[in-house]
Amino acid sequence: MSGAVTDVLVVGASAAGLATAEALRRKGFTGSLCLVGEEPHAPYDRPPLSKKVLTGQWTAEQAALRPPEVIAALDADVVLGARASGVDTAAAEVELEDGRRLGYGHLVIATGLVPRVLPAFAGLAGVHTLRTVEDTAALRADLLAAREVVVLGAGVLGCEIAATARALGLRTTMVDPAPLPMVAQVGAEVGGFLADLHRDQGVEVLTGTKAHAPVVADGRVTGVVTSAGTLDADVVVVAIGSTPATGWLADSGLGIDDGVVCDSRCRAAENVWAVGDVARWHHEGWDRSARMENRTNATEQALAVAGNILGADRAYTPVPYFWTDQHGVRVQVHGDLLGGPLRVVDGDPRDRKFVAVAERDGAVVGVVGWNSAKGVRTARQLITADHR
Amino acid sequence: MKVEIEEFKCVGAGHCVVAAPEVFDQRDDDGVVILLDADPPEHEHENTREAAQLCPAAAILLLEKATST
Repeated sequence: MSGAVTDVLVVGASAAGLATAEALRRKGFTGSLCLVGEEPHAPYDRPPLSKKVLTGQWTAEQAALRPPEVIAALDADVVLGARASGVDTAAAEVELEDGRRLGYGHLVIATGLVPRVLPAFAGLAGVHTLRTVEDTAALRADLLAAREVVVLGAGVLGCEIAATARALGLRTTMVDPAPLPMVAQVGAEVGGFLADLHRDQGVEVLTGTKAHAPVVADGRVTGVVTSAGTLDADVVVVAIGSTPATGWLADSGLGIDDGVVCDSRCRAAENVWAVGDVARWHHEGWDRSARMENRTNATEQALAVAGNILGADRAYTPVPYFWTDQHGVRVQVHGDLLGGPLRVVDGDPRDRKFVAVAERDGAVVGVVGWNSAKGVRTARQLITADHR
Repeated sequence: MKVEIEEFKCVGAGHCVVAAPEVFDQRDDDGVVILLDADPPEHEHENTREAAQLCPAAAILLLEKATST
């Protein structure tokens, strides 16, 4: 069965996919537009899930990216609850799991990430990952009935979940083989501040610690065997990172290497583009390939891809930005904090309110702020174009 | 064009202030957005649209008049 051909077909209806559709319309694109999403929900935002939605301060509906009337005004065919299973680039068709085939003029791949799992923990009651609203509701229900939670992984998501679990009153332990929380994102100095913050708030931080196996009773997790001993747990959260959702592209002929491989224009092949967490593109400013798992990239890359679909032919060279909220502290990071030693330019880390810059060869390459939103925004301008 | 803010969503990234400094500012204490102009003039519309699109919390809503020229 062959379906209609849309001028631009976006597969993935989360932040990056929706932003691509919005940017196309904003830039004057009048062709037909189709947005396909695997989840049954209207496009929603993921950063609030591990924070406001998991604590219960927000309903899941409040995480919607746009009101229904704004989505309707896009004049796009929005196909939800439909999972793409393959692409035939020669025929310019995407195949859906239900057998439908959607032809395209341009294809935008925006399928995001899949959480990594630990095989030994998979399928056990009480073990969770967090990516979707359903994951969040299931984890919240289990946390509300629990006394002790073990979070495996002290990256951004693991730290946020641990902070939320503490706010819900649980005894909380965070386990990671790395020496410090978020050390891969923020380096040792800020990682050390984060470890202190979590400990001050009552989180047991077991860094330099490996999780070996679950303790199981009647199909339900009751603990975790780690290199630092056995921990009791009513709930275990596995937050050990994610992998790009490229399984459906295995036979597509597109280059796949920890993401959809793209050129500097975010183009994977003739008339095929990738955007957001799933896209690995050549960052001309860094002269190497890059893939970014942050919310801002979803939007900024969408703008770039929409422009290039419309013929802009412009390289995408962002300065990365992410933020995280933990125990009432908002941490904001621009650029590369690992690029050089930190220098505090405002406030004091001991007060948990400061701005610091990372410098290399006398130039600012990264900026971090704690509870200093305006100061971070100002300092961001110090990152020079040469170091993008 | 009318600009509305869902303040509860704001994460203080400040992208809106960079894109449209005549329309948006941030509070000093927590960085939450301040709407300076809920009905910006024509020459600010493109900046404002960019701000709405760049906002990483999708906290800026634009109501475009169908008849705007």
